[in-house]
Amino acid sequence: MKAVVSVLGKDMVGILSDVSNECAKANANVLEVTQTIIQDMFAMFMMIDITKLNLPLSEFSVHMEETGKKKNLVIHVMHEDIFQSMHRI
Amino acid sequence: MINVNEIMETIKMIDEEYLDVRTITMGISLIDCADADIDKSCAKIYEKITRVAKDLVKTGEDIEKEYGIPIINKRIAVTPIAMLLGVSGGDPLKYAQTLEKCAQAVGVNFIGGFSALVQKGFSAGDEALIQAIPQALAQTDHVCASVNVGSTKAGINMDAVKLLGEKVKEAAELTKDRDCIGAAKLVVFCNAPEDNPFMAGAFHGVGEADCVINVGVSGPGVVRSALAKAPKDLPMNELADLIKRTAFKITRMGQMVGTIASKRLNVPFGIVDLSLAPTPAIGDSVAYILEEMGLETCGAYGTTACLAMLNDAVKKGGVMASSNVGGLSGAFIPVSEDAGMIHAAQEGVLTLEKLEAMTAVCSVGLDMVVIPGDTSAEIISGIIADEAAIGMVNSKTTAVRAIPAIGKQVGDELSFGGLLGSGPVMRVNTASCTVMIQRGGKIPAPMQALKN
Repeated sequence: MKAVVSVLGKDMVGILSDVSNECAKANANVLEVTQTIIQDMFAMFMMIDITKLNLPLSEFSVHMEETGKKKNLVIHVMHEDIFQSMHRI
Repeated sequence: MINVNEIMETIKMIDEEYLDVRTITMGISLIDCADADIDKSCAKIYEKITRVAKDLVKTGEDIEKEYGIPIINKRIAVTPIAMLLGVSGGDPLKYAQTLEKCAQAVGVNFIGGFSALVQKGFSAGDEALIQAIPQALAQTDHVCASVNVGSTKAGINMDAVKLLGEKVKEAAELTKDRDCIGAAKLVVFCNAPEDNPFMAGAFHGVGEADCVINVGVSGPGVVRSALAKAPKDLPMNELADLIKRTAFKITRMGQMVGTIASKRLNVPFGIVDLSLAPTPAIGDSVAYILEEMGLETCGAYGTTACLAMLNDAVKKGGVMASSNVGGLSGAFIPVSEDAGMIHAAQEGVLTLEKLEAMTAVCSVGLDMVVIPGDTSAEIISGIIADEAAIGMVNSKTTAVRAIPAIGKQVGDELSFGGLLGSGPVMRVNTASCTVMIQRGGKIPAPMQALKN
């Protein structure tokens, strides 16, 4: 099982390390990272493996959202199935 | 591999265009709760609902967090209570209070099914239940009532139409200190679907399984935003294609949520209702979609044509995205729940007469229309009869959810709050239809009924 972590916000030092650190704490393996910076805006998408997550996905999702808020970032954690079902037949 | 654009598109739909699953509704049959003793019947209902629906709200919330898709309402629809009342007799309000207790115990937003199906006539329990509807709605917060007064197969029960005109008014009067909210929880149907997940008209039909999960999707904001990007000279058929593509994605999401909910709750998946259900949030409006197609204001000439195309394209797009489509499926046009409709009504462009024409091509009927408090019960019955006739002849669902604003006049406003929104009091044609309504009896089924 995989999930997509998306991070949007103003670029600053340490975003990638903060987010991957939180993933590591939750025992989520980072499989792939894509990031771009458009003007000052930072956009990052991470595909993570959630099979060995050490807490329920719903709690991890809320935790990441709150972590993002503290740094003025919008972080979503969404199960990959939502993208598969909406964009693939 | 999922690409970045698809991720961005999904997040944008949810964050900026109000994409959501409007409701997960658990349909529960209460047939096995019927008992000749009304107290035993109520006890069985409480036991069954709190047992089978105990995880409904939590499951909905978990899915919401894991998939990042808002699920606005978790609801329950039950077997029409008139059937249980027919067996037990006694005070129908006991059933209403039991349903209210169940809703509070499991934490759902609404529970529908204080209902009666009387399209061909009243059987035991039906009339008593209808008489009790205004009190039931005044005494409870979560219970919703509906009555089916007509169908293409059976014609229209004009005795019921007459009675319901009185009950709509009474429901408003009993709750006049709460913005007449009682009438907002009562729907009068023709051709009521038995698997509709949307309130206030949801009930669990007699042909349904013991327990099912039905999902109602939403997403007017997403459709509007797709149309907003289209150039002004794009032909109508290409707009229809855009709507189809968007409806497909919305419905796929609903189908996914329903499948997961059904698996986790260990309850069979019923249907996805592919509806565009607006909310009062700016941008989440069906009226704005119609305006985006090229109308200055919703209600202008061309509105009915645009709505007909929208309603059809939503179904065409959604039908391939789901294994089972049902319920109302189409575009809703509730006035008080839609910022664009409210604006158009305030401007006087959207009138009740135009809305009535639109109901011939939308998915339901006259929904959440606020009318002057001094409108007579007979005129309300007349409105119901006209809507039922449109539904009966066109083999479609129609409904009336009209709220007489007690003590208020055209130009005033009722504010319900939340998803029910607020609506301006609309002008009603006051020419009398009393003699016609007082006749009662039945309007026979039309030729369309004879399909065999």
